[in-house]
Amino acid sequence: MPKITFIEHDGTTNEVEGEVGMTVMELARKHDIPGIEAECGGACSCATCHVYVDDAWTAKTGSPEEMEEDMLDFAFDVRANSRLSCQIKITDELDGLIVRTPEKQF
Amino acid sequence: MEMTNSPIETDVVIIGAGPCGLFAVFELGLLDIRCHLIDILDRPGGQCAELYPEKPIYDIPAYPIISGQELTDALLEQIKPFDPQYHFNQRVDEIERIGDNKFRLKTDDNQEFICKNVVIAAGGGSFTPKRPPLPGIEDYEGKSVHYSVRRMSDFEGKDLLIVGGGDSALDWTLNLTPLAKSVTLVHRRDKFRAATDSVNKMMALREEGKINFILGQMTELKGENGELSSVTISGPEGETEVNCNCLLPFFGLTMKLGPVANWGLNLHENLIAVDTEKFETSEPGIFAIGDINHYPGKLKLILSGFHEAALMAQKVNNYIYPDKKVVFQYTTSSSSLQKKLGVK
Ligand SMILES: Cc1cc2nc3c(=O)[nH]c(=O)nc-3n(C[C@H](O)[C@H](O)[C@H](O)COP(=O)(O)OP(=O)(O)OC[C@H]3O[C@@H](n4cnc5c(N)ncnc54)[C@H](O)[C@@H]3O)c2cc1C
Ligand code: FES
Repeated sequence: MPKITFIEHDGTTNEVEGEVGMTVMELARKHDIPGIEAECGGACSCATCHVYVDDAWTAKTGSPEEMEEDMLDFAFDVRANSRLSCQIKITDELDGLIVRTPEKQF
Repeated sequence: MEMTNSPIETDVVIIGAGPCGLFAVFELGLLDIRCHLIDILDRPGGQCAELYPEKPIYDIPAYPIISGQELTDALLEQIKPFDPQYHFNQRVDEIERIGDNKFRLKTDDNQEFICKNVVIAAGGGSFTPKRPPLPGIEDYEGKSVHYSVRRMSDFEGKDLLIVGGGDSALDWTLNLTPLAKSVTLVHRRDKFRAATDSVNKMMALREEGKINFILGQMTELKGENGELSSVTISGPEGETEVNCNCLLPFFGLTMKLGPVANWGLNLHENLIAVDTEKFETSEPGIFAIGDINHYPGKLKLILSGFHEAALMAQKVNNYIYPDKKVVFQYTTSSSSLQKKLGVK
């Protein structure tokens, strides 16, 4: 099962095992990872599941589709590696993925 | 000074126009009880309309599939015969008992309501504008930082900074440019989610030099005693300091419990405790249905909220018409119910 690492803004690290097919947001919620609120439950309509994908992984996670890019307008401190974690599906390819959670989701 | 409008009197005020608040109008209406609905949003539907209008719901009885917006539209159609009165863009801040069977409610727009019963259908709480997590922003709120525009005249002669790329940001850019002294629009990218027409109009203002556009994001607020003097914007070209005395950030909405916590009702982890016979709160005459309530076995589902609305209505009927003989009737066969629905 793919391992995913969440790093909080203060450096706290959580490594958890994901299941192929679930989203990074769902995995975070399942393990109560702080810093991911996911108010809309993955409908890509709240932007409170914002994460920064580690630069080494941005090629594998790909870039946001239009709807996600639009929704990122509602996130704070958006960077080139910003993603909404409910839009990243876990695959075997993403084994080892590292994402950082922002200090505040708003 | 704001004037208080004259109070509105009605049988029941429903706080929240989400699916459960809307369906409550139906159940109360069948019992000849008139309702006013108040919601902080600018339209009905609550979470269904705000968070997932296009997404399918699969567990509404008898609808194998229906989207959040379709469900809202169908509910509006269903309750139309009862002529509910809607009050949008207003948050209920206070509930006060003023008599045995009488409550006074007050909204943040200074509107008062006098009613016999209150139904709280506040869902996950009031949808509230997101506050950019910039240090010290609280100090400027209400004075130089605003999350909505109530009166355009408040912005006359201001040096205005508007942040965002959606409809709110662009609509207010277009509407306030003629009034303000200067308008700067800031957005993180040179692409806008807003209606094409608004985008075109904004582009025209840009070209005419009537507004200033900066690509970037806010990083710091500067000012004193709640009076903003400038905002630092960080963008691809580095940092820019924009002089302004008024900031309008538009980053969408988030659900906050809000004033519900101050109404003196028994709560269970931020939810209102109710019984499962009448869905009445610890305060007789005040009811809570839908996502906002709690009881053993509670499921935050729309269908549960519908059931709660039906049972709540029976008890409200009892309060409002204590002498009325309760006759159980089906809408299928009761000619009196059908008359109320306007189908006979
Ligand atoms: C992405 C997503 C998918 C979902 N899918 C399903 C599903 O498939 N099936 C299902 O059954 N449920 C689903 N739900 C849950 C469902 O949407 C909720 O159960 C339902 O919306 C609750 O309805 P409600 O009327 O109680 O509250 P809400 O829909 O939350 O509406 C409450 C309204 O009250 C307003 N309000 C609150 N406080 C105040 C105040 N003080 N003054 C004025 N207005 C106020 C709010 O602004 C809001 O508009 C889903 C939810 C989400 C987010
Ligand atoms: S959970 Fe709401 S956008 Fe991802």
